[in-house]
Amino acid sequence: MNDMLHPATAAMTAADDIAPLTFEAVSVTLRDQVLLHPLTLTLDGCHRTLVMGPNGAGKSLLLRLAHGLLAPSAGRVHWEGTTPRQAMAFQRPVLLRRTALDNLTYALAVTGTPRGERRERGREALARFGLAALEKRPARVLSGGEQQRLALARAWLTRPNVLFLDEPTSALDPAAIRAVEDAVLDFHRRGTRIVMTTHDLNQARRLADEVVLLYGGKLIEHTPADRFFAEPRTPEGRAFLRGELVW
Amino acid sequence: MPTDANAFQTALALILGMDPVLLGIVALSLQVSLTAVLVAALLALPLGAALALWRFPGRGAIIVALNALMGLPPVVAGLTVYLLLSRAGPLGQFGLLFTPTAMVIAQVILILPIIAALTRQQIEELHGEYRDQLQSLGVSRPRMIPTLLWDARFSLLTVILAGFGRASAEVGAVMIVGGNIDGVTRVMTTAIVLETSKGNLPLALGLGLVLLGLVLLVNAAAHLVGETARRRLG
Repeated sequence: MNDMLHPATAAMTAADDIAPLTFEAVSVTLRDQVLLHPLTLTLDGCHRTLVMGPNGAGKSLLLRLAHGLLAPSAGRVHWEGTTPRQAMAFQRPVLLRRTALDNLTYALAVTGTPRGERRERGREALARFGLAALEKRPARVLSGGEQQRLALARAWLTRPNVLFLDEPTSALDPAAIRAVEDAVLDFHRRGTRIVMTTHDLNQARRLADEVVLLYGGKLIEHTPADRFFAEPRTPEGRAFLRGELVW
Repeated sequence: MPTDANAFQTALALILGMDPVLLGIVALSLQVSLTAVLVAALLALPLGAALALWRFPGRGAIIVALNALMGLPPVVAGLTVYLLLSRAGPLGQFGLLFTPTAMVIAQVILILPIIAALTRQQIEELHGEYRDQLQSLGVSRPRMIPTLLWDARFSLLTVILAGFGRASAEVGAVMIVGGNIDGVTRVMTTAIVLETSKGNLPLALGLGLVLLGLVLLVNAAAHLVGETARRRLG
């Protein structure tokens, strides 16, 4: 329904509607090994939050906790208000062994769309993501970029208030990366809060309006993007921008 | 008594001439085994998928039992069904002993564990791959069963064909519960046993060739299906 409004208005009303997501002293321990140290963080508004950090920093863990795919070992992850509609795009898209269109109609069926509307809405989404010609192709023989776009088209159809993306472009070529980034901005324009992990600084500069920096399973910074890129508050932040923060 | 070479020629003549006795036996074999496969698959596919998706006390015991039953000797299955269906048995009142229905029941008992156990493995593997995405979409567990069964359809077809292979090739169970009655419960395997012991080698050999051809066909189909799926669906 937000589509009916002016895009900017839609984003604003949606931002007020989406419940803040709060991490309260959340930690993850696996066999005595601490993967995520107690972390307190609130993600609110209609931000484009980029979660950054070197490999093993806990970025994916944070996203999986946020989306409810993983239960914390201690602490609490909760939505302050009604739980919003959410979707997640994975580093390697998980597509069903069916045609591109059937992958979309499946998501619509699961979310309770009447049978008569599914194919039409599926085709609209394919067209929107530049996949119209691939409608009848088995989803799993599409190229990496096409698969990720199909996964995003599927997410688009579920009209999420919050979209999580876990390094969605790390295996893609520049053109495909561009397409995914455009799609992410489209989601945001429709009033979707974006929470995305990346290890690509330039991508973060292009997309972020706030940055969460993790290092060694600890939250280092949660800062508006312009301030983070101009002058990080922490030594780790400065080291990360210089490309000196590894492991 | 014909020599072996003659027996082979006569066998070919029986097959190519569509000998009515031979055709009747082949038809009954197919009817019994296909029915058994259909019934077993309808029960075992959802059962295997449910075992893959739910964790509950006793699950491990069921899986071990199913795996063990995959190797159930057909004569034991036959004996069990015989005891159940005989006049004095608990299901004796239905008068099913020595009918094709009894043979179907025995074969279902033989192949249900195979299909269920292999289905569980396939679905568990696929679920490992799909879990996060399905959970992300908010798919309920009962809803996952048809989803995963459909997406594993090609490997499950191979599983079902394996069940059909076992059903059509076994002799012990159908011999005991069917009784090898001419024109009623005589199938390929039991007929081969009988005709061989009677010395009627042409018919036995003819049936053996058909059975062999059938098994080859089933395996070729399984192979083809798997290859096509890999190439087309990735």
